Parts: sequence; structure tokens; C-alpha cells
Amino acid sequence: MTKFVAPATVLVALLIIWYIAAYFLNEPQAIALMDPDGPNSFWAVVQASWSMDRPVLPTPDQILSNLADSIFNYPLDSPRNFLLQTAFTAQAALTGLALGLILGIALAIGIVHSRVLDRSLMPWVIASQTIPILAIAPMVVVAMGNVGFTGLAPKAAIVGYLSFFPIAVGMVKGFRSPDTMQLDLMRTYNASGAQIFSKLRWPVSMAFLFPSLKVAVALAVTGAIVAELPTGAQVGLGARLLAGSYYGQTMMMWGALVLASLLAITLIGCVRLGEFCLRTSRGGRL
Amino acid sequence: MDDVRLSDAPVSTTARPVVIEAEKLNIIFNAADKPVVALSDVDLTVQLGDFVSLIGPSGCGKTTLLRAIADLVPLSSGKLSINGMTPDEARRNRAYGYVFQAPALFPWRNVTKNVTLPLELTGMPKAEREARAAENLQLLGLKDFGNKFPWQLSGGMQQRVSIARALSFKPSLLLMDEPFGALDEITRDSLNLHVHELWAQTGMTSVFVTHSIPEAVFLSTRIVVMSARPGRVLRIIESNLPRHRTLEMRDSPAFVAVAHQVREALREGHSYD
Repeated sequence: MTKFVAPATVLVALLIIWYIAAYFLNEPQAIALMDPDGPNSFWAVVQASWSMDRPVLPTPDQILSNLADSIFNYPLDSPRNFLLQTAFTAQAALTGLALGLILGIALAIGIVHSRVLDRSLMPWVIASQTIPILAIAPMVVVAMGNVGFTGLAPKAAIVGYLSFFPIAVGMVKGFRSPDTMQLDLMRTYNASGAQIFSKLRWPVSMAFLFPSLKVAVALAVTGAIVAELPTGAQVGLGARLLAGSYYGQTMMMWGALVLASLLAITLIGCVRLGEFCLRTSRGGRL
Repeated sequence: MDDVRLSDAPVSTTARPVVIEAEKLNIIFNAADKPVVALSDVDLTVQLGDFVSLIGPSGCGKTTLLRAIADLVPLSSGKLSINGMTPDEARRNRAYGYVFQAPALFPWRNVTKNVTLPLELTGMPKAEREARAAENLQLLGLKDFGNKFPWQLSGGMQQRVSIARALSFKPSLLLMDEPFGALDEITRDSLNLHVHELWAQTGMTSVFVTHSIPEAVFLSTRIVVMSARPGRVLRIIESNLPRHRTLEMRDSPAFVAVAHQVREALREGHSYD
């Protein structure tokens, strides 16, 4: 029981702060819209500031009813339906994540097996992450657009660029984690390099893959949204965010944020499920 | 008297084939400041069916010698042959089983899958390798533990699994590097009995590195006493204990006499200061 009390208390406290903040932020506009001569009670002002059409800070119930409206009152293929926009973002995030996973693991294999690659690639891998993604995303979109790749491809490329890093770093660490004794053991079996990889390095690295994957998933969702901003704000949650900020539609922005976090939570949940299944097949330990 | 070897009677040294032969073996490690001589001019002959223990103080090169036989460290000079092959050829032919200081089991594999690992590498069919694993587990009293994971077993049981795993290739030579060093006395006794019975049943040529005099005397037909800096063979003591041994035998005068010889030899090479 106490397990739920603490999180519930935090949630309630946050909601109270939110409603108070919404009142203070929206109150000036609410009063401006009200009849200046009318007998406006305090409660009426509060209610008005909590139900603005274009609030500075919408209340949680406004965000949710706006989301519900978009999801239930528009067909699934309408751009006004948030689920469609979420699907676009999820598609970019997942495609990019797959690219990042393949690239990250391939780099890690190269780095672990070749001293030359270790010396020559690792600095670039690290340098790649020092460039702000906001700076590089428009360049990727423009460059790829010029050679005919538009839509999903540049978004997936940007997501891959962000998400390969934690995978590569984690897997290098994982592939290197077998101890000398385990490697000597494989040597006494006259195991080939490929066998050492498949029977020892790969299984041992699973304990490193899942934490890396969780970081990569969070980066992938952020990356997909950032990648949607410079594409002329066509589709996706990023596009809704941008459109919302152009037109002062804060509820649209908040709706996109809520769905983006739900998307990230769902993807993290999938990673945890995969981790759970592998753990179970290994008798309860990874 | 054919199962008793007397120290003064070089019984059948020519009759049994030589399994390991080391001649003027030198191993030098290049440390940062100056080279470290791990083994200096080591001569050693191990014959088929021998149980040879390497005993000596830390740093005497006993583990290095075992690792050289297993081709885990390169020789600096000298000759070393295993069944007439170079250590590298012997390793490639999977001619030996090696038991490490720690069990080195893979925690993501259950006991059976740990024991079948070496056989997987050779591409042996699943049913066959599982049958052989069951056989080896049975030999070490682990018949019912195939589905357990390593961390569910005690340290002693884990080391027994690692011995079962070392038997996978049906090697003619078993190399053990202080396998019971980390275990308590009681567990150690029981594992010594396991190893002794394994050797007595199979007659498998064994080389065993240890710090413990009673362990060496209990298990061995020959005890190689080594000394440190540089690592060299000080003396080789032939044991005249009967081939089949029991733990009770450790209090017998014959056992104590051999232990005394080992202790004297160790003292000779070690000034305790």
C-alpha cells in the first residue's frame, strides 16, 4: 500500500501546482476577455483562466480532452488525428533505432577486434556526439533532400546518428568484458575468433545492450521529433509542436509532448520486456 | 606390488610412454623495468598415467609451467612436447582438458550447457554432446544438477562442473591449476577424493598445481617441488603410497614420510625470510 502512497502524493502535488500556475499565467488574458463592468467573482475568474481557448498554460484536463477530441473525432488518416502523427514519429524513431543498433554493434565489433579501428574510429564516434543535433539536423535534411531522399529517410538517418552512440559505447564495453580466464578457456578449446564472439563476447554483452538500448530509445524519440522540425513541419509530433508554436496553439504542443513521452515510455517498456524474456531464459540473471 | 611405486625403484620408467617432456625450458616475461625469469632450465618428464603435482611458493612458476604445457604462454627457449606434438599442435588437437583456479563457468548457461560448450565448438550433434555431458556430470556426482545455473551451486560444485567440462573432449591429459585453492578445507577434501577417484578410474595423465602439501601427497604419484626467483625444479619426489588412496591414509606413517620429504625440499629452496 505504501508503495503507491508516495508516487500518488507527488502526482497530486504536481497537479495542484499545475492548476495554480495555469491560473496565474492565464488570469490577465482571462480578465481582459471578461465583461469589465460585470460582477466577476474570484471563482469565475479562476474558471475562465482554466478554460481559455488559447491558454498560455493549458490545464491537464484541457490537454487530455483536446487529445481525446483529436483521436476520437477525426478519422485515423486525418492529419488532425494525433495518433497518425504519433505513428509517423514512431516509424522514424524505430527505423532510425534499427539503423543505430546495426551501426553501433558493427562499429563495436570492429573496434573490439581491430586495434587500428579502435584508434582511428573511437575519436570520431565521440566527436560525432559533440555536434549539437539541432545544428546538424537541417543540414542532413537538406543534403539528403538534394539527392532525392525525403520523408522517412532523413529522419531515420538523424535518429540513427543519435542512437548509435550509446549502443556502440555500451557494446564495446560489453564485448570487452569477458575476463582473461574465460578467454583462456576458449583458447584451450581451440575456438575460432567467430566462436569466441558468438559463444562468449556476444552473450556476455547482453548485460550491456539493454541499458544502452534504453538510452538509445530516449534519444531516438527526441531525435525523431527534432528531425521533424526542419522538414517544413509536414508530419509527425515534431511538426505538430512547430505548428502549435506558430499559431499559439499551446494545447496542440502539449498534446504532442504527452504523446511523445507516451511513445518513449512504450518503447522503453518493449526494451524492458525483451530484457525480462532474456533474463528468464537465463534462469533469472542477465 | 604392481600398484605401488617406491621412490628408490624407478619402476617402468621406460615401459610407459612419455606424455609431457620438457627440456631446458625457459620462460621470460618482459616486464616494464627488467625481464622476469618465470622458468629457468626446467626439465620434466610426465609419463602416461602419472599424477604429477607441481608444488612450490608463490612465484615459482608452477602455474606458468602448466600454462606453457597448455600453450597459454609462449616459451622463450627450450623444448616442450605433449604426446610428441608441440604445445600449439596439442592445443589445436584438443589433446588436454584444463581446469582453472576459478570455475570460469558462463553464468548465462546452465550446468549442462556449460559442459557441452566445448563440444558445441566442434559441431558435435546436440543429442551426442548432451549424452556425453550427462556422463561426465554423473562421474562428478552432479547427475541431478544439469538444469541449475552456476550461481545456484556452491563453490565446490561449480569447480566440479568445471572439471566435468574439462573432460568433454575425452582428453588423455588433464591439467589443473590450483583448482581448489579458494575452497574450504572440508570441501577441498571431498573434491580431492573426486579427483583421485577420477584418476584412479580413468588412469588419465594429470598435472596438478597446488600450494598444499597434503593435497599434493594425497593425489600424486610424483611431486615436483619448485622454488622461486628464478622458477626452477628443485626436486622430484616419487610417492610410494598405494595407487588407491583413502582420506584416512593421510595419517599413515608412509603418507607422513612423503609429506616430510616434500616439506624438506620446500624448505631447501626457501629460506623463510
